Amino acid sequence: MATAVNGHTSGSKDGNKGRWSAGVTPYAEMGYYQPDYEPKATDILCAFRFVPQEGVEPIEAAAAVAGESSTATWTVVWTDRLSAHEHYQAKCYRVDPVPGTDQYIAYIAYELDLFEEGSISNLTASIIGNVFGFKALRSLRLEDMRIPPHYAKTFQGPPHGIVMEREYLNKYGRPLLGATVKPKLGLSARNYGRVVYEALRGGLDFTKDDENINSQPFMRWRDRFLYCMEGVNRAEAATGEIKGHYLNVTAGTMEDMYERAEFAKELGSVVVMIDLVIGYTAIQSMSKWARKNGVLLHLHRAGHGTYTRQKTHGISFRVISKWMRLAGVDHIHAGTIVGKLEGDPNTVQGFYATLRSNKLEPNPLQGLYFEQDWASLAGVMPVASGGIHAGQMHQLLHYLGEDVIFQFGGGTIGHPDGIAEGAAANRIAVEAMIQARNEGRDYLNEGPEILARAARWSPALAKALETWKDITFNFESTDTPDVVVMPTY
Amino acid sequence: MRITQGTFAYLPDFTDEEIKAQIQYCLDNGWPLAIEYTDDPHPRNTYWEMWGLPMFDIKDAVAIMQEVTACRSAFPEHYIRVAGYDRSLGRATTALSFIVNRPAQEPTFELERLEFADRQVKYTIRTRR
Repeated sequence: MATAVNGHTSGSKDGNKGRWSAGVTPYAEMGYYQPDYEPKATDILCAFRFVPQEGVEPIEAAAAVAGESSTATWTVVWTDRLSAHEHYQAKCYRVDPVPGTDQYIAYIAYELDLFEEGSISNLTASIIGNVFGFKALRSLRLEDMRIPPHYAKTFQGPPHGIVMEREYLNKYGRPLLGATVKPKLGLSARNYGRVVYEALRGGLDFTKDDENINSQPFMRWRDRFLYCMEGVNRAEAATGEIKGHYLNVTAGTMEDMYERAEFAKELGSVVVMIDLVIGYTAIQSMSKWARKNGVLLHLHRAGHGTYTRQKTHGISFRVISKWMRLAGVDHIHAGTIVGKLEGDPNTVQGFYATLRSNKLEPNPLQGLYFEQDWASLAGVMPVASGGIHAGQMHQLLHYLGEDVIFQFGGGTIGHPDGIAEGAAANRIAVEAMIQARNEGRDYLNEGPEILARAARWSPALAKALETWKDITFNFESTDTPDVVVMPTY
Repeated sequence: MRITQGTFAYLPDFTDEEIKAQIQYCLDNGWPLAIEYTDDPHPRNTYWEMWGLPMFDIKDAVAIMQEVTACRSAFPEHYIRVAGYDRSLGRATTALSFIVNRPAQEPTFELERLEFADRQVKYTIRTRR
């Protein structure tokens, strides 16, 4: 006998309660479970991983997710009959057990009319609004979404995108390089700008504020912006290359963020930065601003680990990647695989594919549940940042490809001969690896040898390789696809 | 100063063999090659002069190297770059671009600062030849 998720037993076997009788009807019987439903091309599809409470039928639990994330409430309401409710109700069309676990994957189709055009806030208020606290579920995770072109086209996406960014910066054929200024807190504006100048003249393309550098007592934003732009411009003159510093404009209000972004633009910065914690609407507003003003928009995914990391509850980062591509950012931190932060290789490659490709097929190995057609929405440049160094260049290039920004913070500033030398080491390492790859070398396996050869004429690289030769972060990942688990390097 | 534009600016200047290998990589990817030259390497100088049209129909790295050599003899004191172009849907952009010739004496850049109100500075860079 099915148990309704509020604890009542099902009407269908205990009596003759009709669909519209007052009281509680199981969600599955109210039309939220339709195993024969064929998703329409215009539907938004979701895959949820869930664990039902003991005694709750998985199908009823899945139907409840569909119900609570669309039209339903816990009891029958006669006012449903005033609407075309069959059209609006979400339909769970498939429930699969995950072998060897107490988990299930529910596939749910949502009618396009449920969502406001061009609003991540509206989309998420439905899909993750209420249902994650639902008592009848022990845990719930939004694994993936298929965004149909019909909905994707209501967004403008990244203000510039990968192709425009490369043309704007005049940098092709290799990953871009960056560094976060360290120590992340406590430097004065003048000293901070020194780090920017040294790292950029040494060979990096970008430097970066950290997520929590906003406008604290030790360094107010306006002072930081002024000194950083002196560093950026000095470095451009010293190299003949376009350089940028991600000026973090994150602040307590939109008014403050706009003020800071305007100032950055007036100083000639090619890029500004925001944190994920500012919220989806604020991100979309800044995206609009960035497009209007021709300034690249960098997004740090601050806070995401609180809900993306655990496999059984929360939201997968591949979903956040999709939302951010729609909302419209030019850069997003998306994992390093080899560095200090969480990242199963296949899973992270799935994030990168989601951010960069125009069209994706389902790929269980990478955790991609659905096809995804972005309908020419520009790609987002993924950023690999956190505990990476020049000695890993072959692995970084192999796993993460060419349209990516490698950020070596400690791996630049911690160089024993200085910041510029650290920057040069990273630049030489990436160029040597690209040269070898293009020449057809097996650069993944010959990587250390390729680096060692370059280090023979580059003392900067030799020192970097020596300093960090034994550094790896070898921990098992928590967020992995069901299909296969790969070791982290 | 050494201007560090292009994919391989931090490596020692490529030999002709090394240049040919990169050309071959472009050809293997279906990217036609183009040769461009300039005497103004300002970072915002987007349009270098074209050494003829992009070589859409030349699939032979040796023949492309001959064009590089010819361009070098004509403009030994210019910057010359070789670029592979990816016309595929969603790209339509340069895929690889690297400098294959530099003047013996490279120019420098002058950073001009225009100070105005509230400690702000407007920066501009000029090529100093």
